[in-house]
Amino acid sequence: MPIGDSIPLVGVRWDDVLFVILAAILLGSALLVVTLRDIIRCGLALTVSFASLAGIYALLGDPLVAATEVLVYIGAISILILFAIMMTQTKNAPTRLVFQTQAWIAAVAAVVIAVVIAATVLTTTWPSGGQRLATSTADVARMLFSEYVLPFEVVSVLLTAAVVGAVYLARRDSSPGEEDRP
Amino acid sequence: MSNSLDSYLVLSGLLFAIGTFGFLARRNAISMLMSIELMLNAVNLSVLAFGAFVAPLTTHAAVIALLVIAVAAAEATVGLAIVIAIYRNRKTPLVDEYDSMRE
Repeated sequence: MPIGDSIPLVGVRWDDVLFVILAAILLGSALLVVTLRDIIRCGLALTVSFASLAGIYALLGDPLVAATEVLVYIGAISILILFAIMMTQTKNAPTRLVFQTQAWIAAVAAVVIAVVIAATVLTTTWPSGGQRLATSTADVARMLFSEYVLPFEVVSVLLTAAVVGAVYLARRDSSPGEEDRP
Repeated sequence: MSNSLDSYLVLSGLLFAIGTFGFLARRNAISMLMSIELMLNAVNLSVLAFGAFVAPLTTHAAVIALLVIAVAAAEATVGLAIVIAIYRNRKTPLVDEYDSMRE
C-alpha cells in the first residue's frame, strides 16, 4: 500500500519527521558516548549513533554508503571497540573520575566550535539545488574502479599494513618478565 | 527541513563538537578513540550532504565517503592495538597516567 509524501491531516513531510527523529537519536547517543560513566555503555551508545547515522545516509539517498556504515562501523569497529574495552577494563575503573580535571575548558571549546560551524553554515550561501539527489550505486562502482582506482588500491594496501601492524602491536610478548611490569 | 543542506551541515557540526568535547575531556584512551570515530563520522556526513545537494559532486561524494570509512577502519585498528599494547605495560587505560615519558 503506497503512502503519501506527507503525513495525512498534519501535513508534515515524512522525510522531515524521519530527519528530526534520526538527528535526535544521533545527537542524544553521541552525548551519551562522551558523558556516560560506564565505558561499556559508551560503546553500546556508539553503536546506536552509527545506526542512526546509517539511517541519515539512507535518507540522503546513499544506500551503498548506508550499508557500508552498517557493515563496517556497526559490524566491525563497534565490536573491535567493545573487545578493546573488555581487554582493558579494570575493576575500579567505573568508580573513578571519568573526565579530566579541566573538562570545562573542553566543554567551552566544543561549544565555541559548534557555534562557529553553525554560524558559518547558516551565513554562507551554498550552491545547493534545494533537492536531494539519489546516488546511483552503479555510477559509484564505475567511478571507484576507473577514476578513483589509485586511491582504492592505496587504501587496500593501507588496510593490509594497518592490520599487520595491529597484530604486531597487540601481540603478547613472550619474553619473560615483560608482562609483570607494573 | 530534510531538503535543506544547512540542516545536515549543522547536524554534522554539532556531532563534530560533541566528538571534540569527548576527545578533550575523557580520561580513558578508548573513550578518546570513540570520540575520534564520532568526529570522522561527522566529517563523512558533511561530505555526503554536499554530495546529495550539489549535482556535480553526487558520485564523487559517495566514493570519497567509502574511502574515508576504509581509512577510519584502519585508524581504529591501529589505535586500539596501541591502547592494548600500552595497557599491557602500564596496567591502566587512563591517558593522564601515561606520563612516564616525562621523567
